[in-house]
Amino acid sequence: MAKITLNINKKDYPLEADPQMPLLWAIRDLAGLKGTKYGCGVAQCGACVVHLDGEAVRSCVTKVSRAAGKKVVTIEGLSETNSHPVQKAWQEFDVPQCGYCHSGQIMSAAVLLREKPNPTDQDIDDAMSGNICRCGTYLRIREAIHTAAELQKKTGTKG
Amino acid sequence: MKQKPENGIKQFVPKKAATVLSIFIFIVAVGASAFRNDATVKQITFSTINRDSVESVQAFEIVYKTLMSPRCMNCHPAGDVPLQGDDSHLHAMGPKRGLDGKGVYAMKCSNCHQETNIAGLHMPPGNPEWHLPPAAMKMVFQGKSAHELAKQLVDKKQNGNKDIKKLIEHADDGLVLAGWDPGEGRTLPPVTHAEFKKAWITWLQSGAYAPKK
Repeated sequence: MAKITLNINKKDYPLEADPQMPLLWAIRDLAGLKGTKYGCGVAQCGACVVHLDGEAVRSCVTKVSRAAGKKVVTIEGLSETNSHPVQKAWQEFDVPQCGYCHSGQIMSAAVLLREKPNPTDQDIDDAMSGNICRCGTYLRIREAIHTAAELQKKTGTKG
Repeated sequence: MKQKPENGIKQFVPKKAATVLSIFIFIVAVGASAFRNDATVKQITFSTINRDSVESVQAFEIVYKTLMSPRCMNCHPAGDVPLQGDDSHLHAMGPKRGLDGKGVYAMKCSNCHQETNIAGLHMPPGNPEWHLPPAAMKMVFQGKSAHELAKQLVDKKQNGNKDIKKLIEHADDGLVLAGWDPGEGRTLPPVTHAEFKKAWITWLQSGAYAPKK
């Protein structure tokens, strides 16, 4: 066990954890933020995606030691008022069905829109192909990302 | 009537003049040799290249079967999606190369591949530099014949501008070495790293000959 301070959603969390512990465990069980989901545990599904210094890492295979001294953003911290363009578009299209994968979907989409403000369908496929939705909401995800791009342009908000 | 011996040898140049001329030629020759610089070139040539097409092609057989093994070829695909597994299938999730070879958007290599291997069967292998060759120089192995790959490996326009010295050093690159530490559930290359490196250096130093096919 080691003392590790994680900065999650702009707040410091002093934790005692095995440095090898998956970041997801620390976020959910030690920091108590349950919005990020456990899916496969082997970096195959994307349900556990969080931002680590802005990159969409899979927290189930990321060791907590890698996050020390960096900025972690989870679905709870993407926007304090749920007003991120991706979140707004997700609500407008009622994208989720069961919803389990969507915190990961939204975190991946936010990185895409930051790096490619006007994504094509191909860009969306390239960015989102690692986020699996067992309910098959892919068409709504695609539409919502295009709408989020429009909202981002109008409001000047960036993920 | 016999002539006297001292009068028998005809003197074309007076003895004094011949001595002065010889000394002059010697000085000029010594002076000129000081400006020659081909001795170093000869030394490098002999120390790095000992051309032997038979030895070279034999060594490349080991190099080729190593580079075409999944541990090396999977990150040198013909397309823009890396390969995966001992059967070199397209990487699940279809991550793309990107301009720098490190992936795109939310699908960057290091989002899953950590700095070290993750414990467990078939878990993502890790390395701090995990990436494909960049888009501008794809260094494709997949589908290449031994002849094509040998030619490509020494072509500076296709190998990242590496000369023989840099190519030899590349055998100890961290990502090359990672091929021999692939994580649980993956076969190793067909020879040890030491055997590969020996064959690699032998191939290069004996002239980097390409097999006929």
